[in-house]
Amino acid sequence: MAKPVSLQNKEFGAGGKPISQKGESLWKDSMRRLMRNRAAVIGGSIIVLLLLLAVFADVIAPYPFAEQTLVDQNKLPQWVLSLFPTMEPYAQLSPKYFFGADYVGRDMMSRIIYGTRVSLTVAFIGPIISLIIGVIYGSISGYFGGRLDNLMMRIVDVLYAFPSLLFIILLLAFFRSTFARPAPGTFTYSVSQLDAAMGGLLFIFIGIGLTAWATMARLTRGQVLSVREKEFVEAARTLGANDMRIMFRHILPNVVGPLVVAETLAIPGYISTEAFLSFIGIGVNPPTPSWGSMISDGAQVIRTYPNQAVFPALALAITMFAFNFLGDGLRDALDPRLRGTQ
Amino acid sequence: MKEQNPEVLLRVENLVKHFPIKQGIILMKTIGAVHAVDDVSFNIHKGETLGLVGESGCGKSTTGRTILQLYRPTSGHVYYNDQDLVAMKGEELRKMRRKMQMIFQDPYASLNPRMTVGEIIGEPLMIHKLANRRQMEERVEHLLELVGLSGKFSNRFPHEFSGGQRQRIGVARALALNPDLIICDEPISALDVSIQAQVVNLLEDLQKEFELTYLFIAHDLSMVRHISDRVAVMYLGIIVELASRYDLYHDPLHPYTQALLSAVPIPDPLVEEKRKRVVLVGDVPTPVNPPSGCRFRTRCPIAEEICKELKPEWREVKPDHFVACHLIKEII
Repeated sequence: MAKPVSLQNKEFGAGGKPISQKGESLWKDSMRRLMRNRAAVIGGSIIVLLLLLAVFADVIAPYPFAEQTLVDQNKLPQWVLSLFPTMEPYAQLSPKYFFGADYVGRDMMSRIIYGTRVSLTVAFIGPIISLIIGVIYGSISGYFGGRLDNLMMRIVDVLYAFPSLLFIILLLAFFRSTFARPAPGTFTYSVSQLDAAMGGLLFIFIGIGLTAWATMARLTRGQVLSVREKEFVEAARTLGANDMRIMFRHILPNVVGPLVVAETLAIPGYISTEAFLSFIGIGVNPPTPSWGSMISDGAQVIRTYPNQAVFPALALAITMFAFNFLGDGLRDALDPRLRGTQ
Repeated sequence: MKEQNPEVLLRVENLVKHFPIKQGIILMKTIGAVHAVDDVSFNIHKGETLGLVGESGCGKSTTGRTILQLYRPTSGHVYYNDQDLVAMKGEELRKMRRKMQMIFQDPYASLNPRMTVGEIIGEPLMIHKLANRRQMEERVEHLLELVGLSGKFSNRFPHEFSGGQRQRIGVARALALNPDLIICDEPISALDVSIQAQVVNLLEDLQKEFELTYLFIAHDLSMVRHISDRVAVMYLGIIVELASRYDLYHDPLHPYTQALLSAVPIPDPLVEEKRKRVVLVGDVPTPVNPPSGCRFRTRCPIAEEICKELKPEWREVKPDHFVACHLIKEII
């Protein structure tokens, strides 16, 4: 006699799939989807590679970034001949420099390698600053709502109405003149010393930080507003959870996804802002190598020595592409519509 | 004042909840209010199930949430064991929350997708610092088994479970603090019919085992009939009738209750053919500007002049059978 087949309700989960013992969080699930996205993986690997370059620049770069060899001014690399054999009679060639040398005889390759430091610092400090300010501001505004929210968002609107690049330029001009020659021992003196030690990056960070947080604040507020009304937040309140617990345990974990995506996609913007500022000459202090200032130098001799502008521009483009690819992949992987709260 | 029934667990008195409608850019002006709950009074006895029915948007859920102080009432009182919850704040209220829990409608939205089942069920214990880590794990496992899930599931995430299983997790979370009163806010309306019965049976079993008191909010009249001891009928923010299950279903007095019950299909074609349906005309008026006098008068088949002028009194027409209608005497 055959026994009737009984399905034990408790062994099966959503979609009739058997439930195994170990749970899989949505983060893990997103990571797996990210790993399947080829463009994102390539973008991510490029970023890791650039990070290694920046960290080990002293070891990898063949020359110090500021070392000038005046006899090697504007030297072209040897391999140019294999592309353009007719250049042989009049080209200034040198096998020492793979990307050539610039107008004072500094190795282009070393400068590009050191240049990753500036760009990547901006790429990581920019998000940190804008996230810290933006998330705190936005979640206060969204969580408490009402009149406070209204007021806080109007302030953001005012900031938004201002063209951010112009704002940064104004800020930089203001900082540079205020902190030009302060008396030793004062606060302004230590700030300007710090800025000088960072090759002029400090003021760029402050400029980016003061403008970029507004976008994050708006996004955070919107996300918090939508998650705040979910039933699980109400459930937590019924259980007696206080505001801090609801904020950190229930709301923030459910809003970080879109924030991470937005921030990753904003990174190319920060990099290009720094490059632009250096390009117009108010960015990093020479001789700190920045891709922007190198492009600016190279642009003046672009018809005779295009390598001096093309290689830093390529480096900039690849870096920005890499962050964009990674951001796109993250967006697809973290898209809450695919799974989760449904 | 009437003599207090000694076994009354929750006493709701003249509960009012208005949601203001605001307009303006910086200085927001209140230009009106949604009268979600307007002067509602009832008692819940210890150990009973009070059903609360009504159509969508009549204020059932708002009533439940206002009782739990998730929404602070505009006016009125909620007495839990003679302690006024409306007057409580902060720590005092937080302590009271241990006694009253809620089961939510949507099992997909009521569990935090970033937390494991163990964290979700254990959270109330953490909040009230009732257990250390080991005790918590044991308690979570026990609770999971209590609601018919395997105790091994505590490391899993909500999205790995089906709707009925998630609702069971929600029930386990509500039970974690050993509450006396559970407000079930349409706990079954998001589930398949076959799963509905399972969850309702679970709720009944748990009630017997832990002597729970339920406020069961639903719009499924047959389910309410099955589970409730007494039933209250809501219409546009007010309770129109409150009676024992038997009285309400066999002898509905208020014309709205009559219409509502006549809409329940009967699974017998012969009876179904013969029965008389009371079909209401028109739509529910807007709660922003409810009708004067009796709220139901705009759709009431027997409305008279007095219904326009006077708000009907909340009267005990028969023992334990309350109704708010001017015309009841004539009907009897």
